[in-house]
Amino acid sequence: MAHKSPRRTAKVLATLAVVSLGLAACGSSSDDGDSGSGDSAATKIDCAPYEKFGDLKGKEVSVYTTIVAPEDGPHIASYKPFEDCTGVKIKYEGSREMEAQISVRVKGGNAPDIAYLPQPGLLKTLVATGKVIPAPPETEANVDANMPDWKTYGTVDGKFYAAPLGANVKSFVWYSPTAFKDKGYEIPKTWDELLALTDKIATDNPEAKPWCAGIESGDATGWPATDWVEDVMLRTAGAETYDKWVNHEIPFNDPAVATALAEVGKILKNPKYVNGGYGDVKTIASTSFQDAGQPILDGTCFMHRQASFYAANWPEGTNVAEDGDIWAFYLPAKDETTKPVLGAGEVTAAFRDAPEVKAFQTYLASTEWAVERAKTCGTGGCLTANVNVDPTLLKNPIDNLSATMLTDKNATFRFDGSDLMPGAVGAGTFWKGMVNWITGENDKATLDYIENSWPKS
Amino acid sequence: MSTLQPAATPESMIDDAVPPSSGKAKKTATGDAARAVSSRWASLVAIIIAVLWTTPTVGLLVTSFRTQRDINSSGWWTAFGNPGAFTLENYREALEPGATSSFSQYFINTVVITIPAVLLPIFLASLAAYAFAWMPFPGRDALFVAVFALQIVPLQIALIPLLDMYTNKLGFGASYWSVWLSHTIFALPLATFLIHNFMRELPGELMEAARVDGAGHVTIFFKILLPLLTPALAAFGIFQFLWVWNDLLVSLVFLGGTPDVAPVTVRVAELAGTRGNAWYLLSAGAFISMIVPVVVFLSLQRFFVRGLLAGGLKG
Repeated sequence: MAHKSPRRTAKVLATLAVVSLGLAACGSSSDDGDSGSGDSAATKIDCAPYEKFGDLKGKEVSVYTTIVAPEDGPHIASYKPFEDCTGVKIKYEGSREMEAQISVRVKGGNAPDIAYLPQPGLLKTLVATGKVIPAPPETEANVDANMPDWKTYGTVDGKFYAAPLGANVKSFVWYSPTAFKDKGYEIPKTWDELLALTDKIATDNPEAKPWCAGIESGDATGWPATDWVEDVMLRTAGAETYDKWVNHEIPFNDPAVATALAEVGKILKNPKYVNGGYGDVKTIASTSFQDAGQPILDGTCFMHRQASFYAANWPEGTNVAEDGDIWAFYLPAKDETTKPVLGAGEVTAAFRDAPEVKAFQTYLASTEWAVERAKTCGTGGCLTANVNVDPTLLKNPIDNLSATMLTDKNATFRFDGSDLMPGAVGAGTFWKGMVNWITGENDKATLDYIENSWPKS
Repeated sequence: MSTLQPAATPESMIDDAVPPSSGKAKKTATGDAARAVSSRWASLVAIIIAVLWTTPTVGLLVTSFRTQRDINSSGWWTAFGNPGAFTLENYREALEPGATSSFSQYFINTVVITIPAVLLPIFLASLAAYAFAWMPFPGRDALFVAVFALQIVPLQIALIPLLDMYTNKLGFGASYWSVWLSHTIFALPLATFLIHNFMRELPGELMEAARVDGAGHVTIFFKILLPLLTPALAAFGIFQFLWVWNDLLVSLVFLGGTPDVAPVTVRVAELAGTRGNAWYLLSAGAFISMIVPVVVFLSLQRFFVRGLLAGGLKG
């Protein structure tokens, strides 16, 4: 008896396994249809820029990225015109562990041809290994023409290595247009109006909180709070001081940073204002950034500051639009005359010196690619750093709004500071410091701790 | 537990050089152990531990059938109150392929990685174990200790040098050979040690009798030892199978994550999506990848228990 029952269980489980394999097979056939429809939309582009790289037919270029399914499909589709032109095959590999794996592979001599690095700080680390190939002049010319402001993020020690690729805008506050309309709240135009609105919401709605936030993100816990500080720093201290702060020309515990942190604290450390749907201030540290904004949907929270890519986190069926369930407004500046915008994006580093790799780098920096990316875009998140692309091509409303902000002549764009700082700070003590700050550490001790951790060189 | 004699620890059973008296001691020890585990209190404790141990897994299973919003808003134990809310949607989405390949492709890749990565170390380790157990040569014990001590070295420190060797010296690059060899390398110390201990326990008379009949080392190994070792090999086989099947790190480093070669674990790790927004699929993904190891474990557990508790002849 004792022998038989496990065997029977095994049989049942084996059947399950077979069924699941069958299901998998069914799933594949339906998806082939989807990707097929993407192909038909591929456009013809001018092949002339790639002809000077010689005959590339049958060559292969491998790319290694952090972008995985289902977002990888639209990305792969955007390479089609280049593949049609040159006959080069792009071998795509996406992995969520890419940021850690890329260093292992580069050191082990098994680097991909091109890697999309999500942080310029990572580019610096990789350049230091001596394995990154500088970008060809053709790519540089494209970058100069299409994304001049972003060129510095792909430059290390005066040498241009990596062209910027995708982009996102971080200066957004997510809210529910319906809730705002019901209560008669207006979108704040200045920082003071934002604080006034916060206070009003807190008084009007004793059962809810005006803000919700969450900074838990696995190994990277703390980053959403660093974005808060950076965004507010741009507003209280201005872009020039921000640059000095990022480059450590002023210390981390400079009074300008202290002002910004205190301003953030007015919201994030006020138990009357946070943490809608979750509890007190300390729950910010334990709430995952994916979940953090969700209480807006059930009305226990009114506002959530998070980047444009948070659009993907709303449950299926949520109408993300100006007149829908969820929308985002620009995190207001001190006054209406300035318009600082915080953002981030990837850069493309090459590890093999070959004409097909150079040709593909050049294609990725071209307006043709950015347009194709916008056209083949699936569910959104297809914003690029290219300023010569018509924002109306982006069908996703949030992408569209972000593109308008990026291409706005009055806007001052700044890259996410923690991505630019040395890894020990930007992906280390800054995150840790903010977690401690949320859980009770005071402003001064936090800033001193981060300042003391800045690598001496 | 208190009824167990200290002499009954597995180490002492293995280390004893099988004098006639120790057989008797073992019998009593086994009897004591049997009595100890079949007492009412022991059963109660075992049941409590089993329940505590299983609860998170059950929670995960229930969660895998709930919608994202339900998971967010209430605990899994509340789900039983509303059975209508269960959905297969998570499984459907998890099995939905990426842009370039289907889920079954990942399953096949895992099988292709796992089978050689289990058979290779078993074969090599049993040969090595035979030499260590039954072939006297100078420095044998020191060498055996050295091999066993390698277990202390964490495999992570070998990743980059190995990768460098595969790509630049051997020319494998990102191929299955790199993964098979790496898994074999990392498994050998433990495998050699385990199989050696089983082999040591076999009576030396067997080997002597075979040698008198004219058998060489090869014949003794294949004709006499291998059949007797089956439980030990199966026990280690299960260990290695579970380890390789669930491995993410080694295959990510040596094979990469392209869909034509990547195993199921890579796919499951990516299920959450670029920004982690599809985290609710992970529970379903975990159960999909778990099915095969569970089947293997249940069908081989007979060997597993026997292999762990006793060596060859006494099985």
